[in-house]
Amino acid sequence: MSMLATSPRPRAASPWAATITLGWRAMLKIKHVPFQLFDVTAFPLMMTLMFTYLFGGALAGSVKQYVQYLIPGIVVQTIVFITVYTGVGLNSDISKGLFDRFRSVPIWQPAPIFGALLGDVFRYSLAATMVITLGIIMGFRPAAGFVGVVLAVALIIVFAMSLSWMWIIVGMLVKSPESVMTSSFLLLFPLTMASNIFVDPKTMPRLLQVLVSVNPVSHLATASRGLMHGDVAMSDVLYVLVATAVITAVFAPIAMRMYHRER
Amino acid sequence: MTLAIETSALVKHFGDTKAVDGIDLQIQRGSVYGLLGPNGAGKTTTIRVLSTLLRPDGGTALVLGHDVAREPAKVRERVCLTGQFASVDEDLTGHENLVLVARLFGYGWKPARARADELLEAFDLGEAAAKQVRTYSGGMRRKLDIAASLVVTPELLFLDEPTTGLDPRSRNQVWDIVRSIAASGTTVLLTTQYLEEADRLAGRLAVIDHGRLIAEGTSRELKRSVGSNTLHLRLDDAARLADAQRILEQVFGAGVHNGSDAHTLTARVDGDGGVHEALAALQSAGVSVAELTLGQPSLDDVFFALTGTTGEHETEETLA
Repeated sequence: MSMLATSPRPRAASPWAATITLGWRAMLKIKHVPFQLFDVTAFPLMMTLMFTYLFGGALAGSVKQYVQYLIPGIVVQTIVFITVYTGVGLNSDISKGLFDRFRSVPIWQPAPIFGALLGDVFRYSLAATMVITLGIIMGFRPAAGFVGVVLAVALIIVFAMSLSWMWIIVGMLVKSPESVMTSSFLLLFPLTMASNIFVDPKTMPRLLQVLVSVNPVSHLATASRGLMHGDVAMSDVLYVLVATAVITAVFAPIAMRMYHRER
Repeated sequence: MTLAIETSALVKHFGDTKAVDGIDLQIQRGSVYGLLGPNGAGKTTTIRVLSTLLRPDGGTALVLGHDVAREPAKVRERVCLTGQFASVDEDLTGHENLVLVARLFGYGWKPARARADELLEAFDLGEAAAKQVRTYSGGMRRKLDIAASLVVTPELLFLDEPTTGLDPRSRNQVWDIVRSIAASGTTVLLTTQYLEEADRLAGRLAVIDHGRLIAEGTSRELKRSVGSNTLHLRLDDAARLADAQRILEQVFGAGVHNGSDAHTLTARVDGDGGVHEALAALQSAGVSVAELTLGQPSLDDVFFALTGTTGEHETEETLA
């Protein structure tokens, strides 16, 4: 019986190998449970169709024009929504005892977190591809072409990673994956709706306009539009990068501290 | 150095609850050691401290010569833990789960896949290798979980309630697995609420209740401390149980308690003294006896003698 290993015990995985392996695991989960990707992308896709065909003409003069405005913002909304899965996944790993296994293996301890983030990048790219494909079918024509779209998606992913840290914290605090989901929407709805993703804020009340203009998601949407259509303002990109740095600087250390603390 | 585990005055509390309240353990290398106790006794907490998942609040714990608080990484390199809930990824297949763990332990992709195949065969899971774990039965999950702990051969294996919730066939399989692991020289520390399991697998036992060690020794020593023999009595009529208990107490003294159901009584007997007398007394009182056995005390009896409660009831609740 070869129950016990016959070869000598190897040295435990390097931080890099452990992170890659755990990222591989995250991708396998997307393969085995694709529904997990669709249930969050379904909502933004629905919004795309609804806003474009119901309000598009009224908001931007024509459906075709509105799609050019809306799609970059929808990519932002979709990815920002999916960030919550970082917390959901972590929470279910903890409650199912999987984290105990990872933590009792002699690997670099933060590898499970970074592996999950690596899987997230793949998830975000997949979701962005889905939304942009739908957009193109609906008549979206990014003037800056493929490179512009890739740059925009890259910027969105960078910002999304900073939000992931918040969900990692929530994932460690609450009892069930469902509560991670519920509590996250309290933040995600205002964050994406009180922005310029759907409409130009010019007609909004004064106070809301102020909120929209400081919301990093608005700048991210504007920057994405700019990158995709080739008229980007560097100030928006910079605003997004600074916001990303600030959010990460605040939440990543708290998340890592909580992660290292025992449960 | 022959000790695999040595703790002294080990303490771990959660808020006001002292889950582990000053436990001293000495566990020999190469042995199977059982931590026995009801739910909430502190067994799992003890294992989690020893496997570096929790930091002790007091006392010391040396695992394979390394202090769990000061050198957790050194401990992690030598031990493996199979937790109470099968810690495998339900979304992945059995094969993918083992590849994942093998990779983390440092195997390359190809050797990891080979080792996963090997383990799935050895654990009789070959046919389910490509199926998602969520379709596995409890017994299969538990086997996969133990397989994951054996990807590399640990010097010390922690098994937290390895057979809780398993059907008798799977339980026997797990017992066989534990025996062959131990035969290879790996020290095994297992927790259980099943007295029979502790009796069958473990060379030495510690009985834990309310975070304290209340008895330690081989199962034989523990039984001997309870009295040389135990009388089990089964009545036809459960309504006469109180009468029967009074009669037995007159003959044997205080060591009489309810058995596993409403029809049975258990009494501590030294030698065979008083058995005839007790039977005669029961007969003259008109209490009809369905079954009577006199034998070595079971660990149930030990548990009762030590804690005043039967471990059996908690076990049944868990199974329900």
